[in-house]
Amino acid sequence: MNFFLAGLCILITGGLMAWLLRRESVGLIGAIMGPLMALLAPIQAWRHGKALSISMPWNVPYGSFFLEIDALSAFFLAPILAISALGALYGFEYLIPYRNKRNLRSVWFFYNILVASMMIVVTAKNGILFLTAWETMALASFFLVIFEAERPETLNAGWSYLIASHMGTACLLVLFIWLGRLNGTLDFNGFGVAGAREAGFMFLLAVLGFGIKAGFFPLHVWLPEAHPAAPSHVSALMSGVMVKTGIYGLLQVYLLLGPGPAWWGWLLISIGALSGLFGALFALAQHDLKRLLAYSSVENIGIIALGLGLGMLGRTLNDPFLATLGFCGGLLHVLNHGLFKSLLFLSAGAVVHVTGTRDMERLGGLIKRIPWTAALFLLGAMAISGLPPLNGFVSEFLILLGAFRGISSLSPQVVAASATSIASLALIGGLAIACFIRAFGVSFLGEPRAKRAQGAHEVRWPMLFPMVVLAAGCLMVGIGSPWLDRPLTLVVAAISGQQSGQFLADSIPSLLSLTMLGTGFLVLVALLAGFRIWLLHGRPVEEALTWDCGYARPSSRMQYTASSFAQPLMNFFAAITGSTTRFKPLDRFYPVAAEFTTATPDIARTRLFDPVFRKVRHALMKLRWIQHGHPQLYVLYIAITLLTLFLWKLG
Amino acid sequence: MSVPSLVHMAIAMITAPLIFGIINRTKSLFGGREGPPLLQQYFDIAKLLQKGTVYSRTTSWVFRAGPVIGLACVLIALALLPLGPLPALCSFPGDFIVMIGLLAVMRFFTMLAAIDAGSSFEGMGASREATFSALAEPALFLCFAAISQKAASLSLSDMFLRHSGDATHGSAPAPALLAVALFVVFLAENARIPVDDPNTHLELTMIHEVMALDYGGPDLAFIFYASALKLWILGALVVNVVLSGIESAWAVLAGLFFLAIIVGAVESTMARLKLLRVPQLLIGAGALAMLTLIVAMG
Repeated sequence: MNFFLAGLCILITGGLMAWLLRRESVGLIGAIMGPLMALLAPIQAWRHGKALSISMPWNVPYGSFFLEIDALSAFFLAPILAISALGALYGFEYLIPYRNKRNLRSVWFFYNILVASMMIVVTAKNGILFLTAWETMALASFFLVIFEAERPETLNAGWSYLIASHMGTACLLVLFIWLGRLNGTLDFNGFGVAGAREAGFMFLLAVLGFGIKAGFFPLHVWLPEAHPAAPSHVSALMSGVMVKTGIYGLLQVYLLLGPGPAWWGWLLISIGALSGLFGALFALAQHDLKRLLAYSSVENIGIIALGLGLGMLGRTLNDPFLATLGFCGGLLHVLNHGLFKSLLFLSAGAVVHVTGTRDMERLGGLIKRIPWTAALFLLGAMAISGLPPLNGFVSEFLILLGAFRGISSLSPQVVAASATSIASLALIGGLAIACFIRAFGVSFLGEPRAKRAQGAHEVRWPMLFPMVVLAAGCLMVGIGSPWLDRPLTLVVAAISGQQSGQFLADSIPSLLSLTMLGTGFLVLVALLAGFRIWLLHGRPVEEALTWDCGYARPSSRMQYTASSFAQPLMNFFAAITGSTTRFKPLDRFYPVAAEFTTATPDIARTRLFDPVFRKVRHALMKLRWIQHGHPQLYVLYIAITLLTLFLWKLG
Repeated sequence: MSVPSLVHMAIAMITAPLIFGIINRTKSLFGGREGPPLLQQYFDIAKLLQKGTVYSRTTSWVFRAGPVIGLACVLIALALLPLGPLPALCSFPGDFIVMIGLLAVMRFFTMLAAIDAGSSFEGMGASREATFSALAEPALFLCFAAISQKAASLSLSDMFLRHSGDATHGSAPAPALLAVALFVVFLAENARIPVDDPNTHLELTMIHEVMALDYGGPDLAFIFYASALKLWILGALVVNVVLSGIESAWAVLAGLFFLAIIVGAVESTMARLKLLRVPQLLIGAGALAMLTLIVAMG
């Protein structure tokens, strides 16, 4: 635990010093050394197989400084720490062009505070401490999101983020106060629940409150606005690990409430399938590379929710295999998504860094200009599409394995849930592949579509190194999954409330086969590549134009665009995504102006939140007279409120 | 690792291109032509392997890696394939998920390589392939759900062994529905009529062919060979399902050749569907698989 606290101190001190001394490098050192130091704590917890904890009195009512690194915390803590340190190194280089334009010390201050608050969020075992850290995390990330505040869309993104996260906090506040009133304490270890009805409401509150942070559909609307707006290393941190604190919170509450009725699992399975499907479809519709990645986070959160939902259902219905494999796959996907989404955001950031644009329709041919970034993005794209032999495949494999086992179960509920999960995972997987082929293919392959993309140069090592580490992580988890069984067994045992060791051990042979096949695949690729080189050795290998039906002057504008690539799928799903097409065809013999536009606005925003908020605003307009701009009367309001409270307390 | 498994892998690797010969021969019989020799695909591959190659200036290493990775994928997938009673070289619970994953990797690189050439035609082919495979994926997974439920097993080798044992007291329509669903997926994944026409001469209407338009020499040979093996793998799955109950590897081999004749007959008697109709076909296949699952439960 000392390592953890020391890391926390280094981090916060670094942030404060960066602010006070106006030295970015101090912030950088804090943001690298702190997490690396703290990383020893979860490692220690795994090695000893028991929780580390510290509890100190705190002079806040019901509050105590109670931190504990148990199996669940350790599992979420490790990726937060590793990715924060890597993101800091990347960010230092990434922010250099902004040096003379903007106040960077505040970036380091908020970055370090954000990391510190995430560390506390996943370890706090006291309601007050948890909520304080949760709120700090939201505020710190808000200030990082509005880094480029002079852009109206950035500020807008910041506001919707702030409003959304406070709506979430409101739910959590109710939840914790309720739990606190029932138990007379706000320490997590004193929490217990009385009735099943109450537990059900509490679970709903947790799904709402934490679901907003995690980006469950349809609560995700802030996510595709806020994540792309932040500087890329912050986007990586937010999408890679911060949204997972929502998943952590949900699991923590699930642990406190105990196994619930079957509808809890069904709720998460439906949320997961919807988030996955809509996330993938909207990702497919985006032109902005970082926005696409943000929507794909919604999709991956859906996969995680699907896994956890199957796990919960398995636990309720006493199906230990389904419980173990569902939780295991969902949790492993938390780790995996942290790795490949951070990798993708960092490499997309590198693209923005060298080309100055996030619009895919203006990119192209980057693989020749920034080959390293391109290769790393490709690896991330393969991983996120759930392709072997990378890590995304392993977690989806585990969830699918659980679901396929569930298919032969005797309980009709399990069969139905499994069939739903299998079909939706398959569709989500197919859409994700289409989405990332489009993202990589249009941005990196072919010919440059705009001037800026032509003159790009590779980024320097401080930006490349973190990406290389993350890519290595993706490959290592993909090939070496059997060696992750210890941390996974510990955490799954905690959540599924049973000795899951044997059920997980049952799938170890499958994981070992994945290792073997993955290695075999890589060896075979190398052998065949060698064979090809040997075949072509000494033979004529010429270069020519791409075949365009005999047309010898192809131009980069004749390439397939990102929109045209997605068109058949968007067309097919237009009924549920609500994408619209406006088409003004050529209607004379001589070409005149013609027009074709498609738009896919977020359905949750246009059909759900916009109308509701409009109604709410309309209703609240009647109360406008309270707010009139006379400070004297405002002081009177305060006085009256205090007086009322005083009288209420007396009476 | 067992000798029979190795033998059947070897048979597949040697015989796969012959399937194309049988399909083409059937088509020429229907058309009243003599047609190419049965071994034409072997001649083509051998000829291409001896040639040099020409690359487009637009392409990068992704284009060159595509055929190599594609071939590696099908070869590994082949190691997971049982043939009737002969178990796969490598068999474990969930091996079919890996097989589907490997075929997805192959598609992934084929599509990327197509986009890498920077031509509209190839981009269009990739876009269509992405669309249809995204919709074929749920159908394929649901087929496997139905098979694994019936066999109460999660590894391919077990599935087909036990599947054959249970066939007598299973409900009769289920295997037939399943076979139809799998057959549709098989046609779509291998770019055959009614989804794609391998003989079309117009770039605009191609799907799979257009993605290989800029390849030549050994790369094209790799692509031909890999698609023959892919046809073999998915075909063997269809045949394994249909021939449940017959415990002879020779029967399965004969079944594969018969399947090739059916494919040829379908291609001679049907036109390809309008592109907008293909998704409906694939969703129909998914619905059939789902129906199988429900029938088998009852």
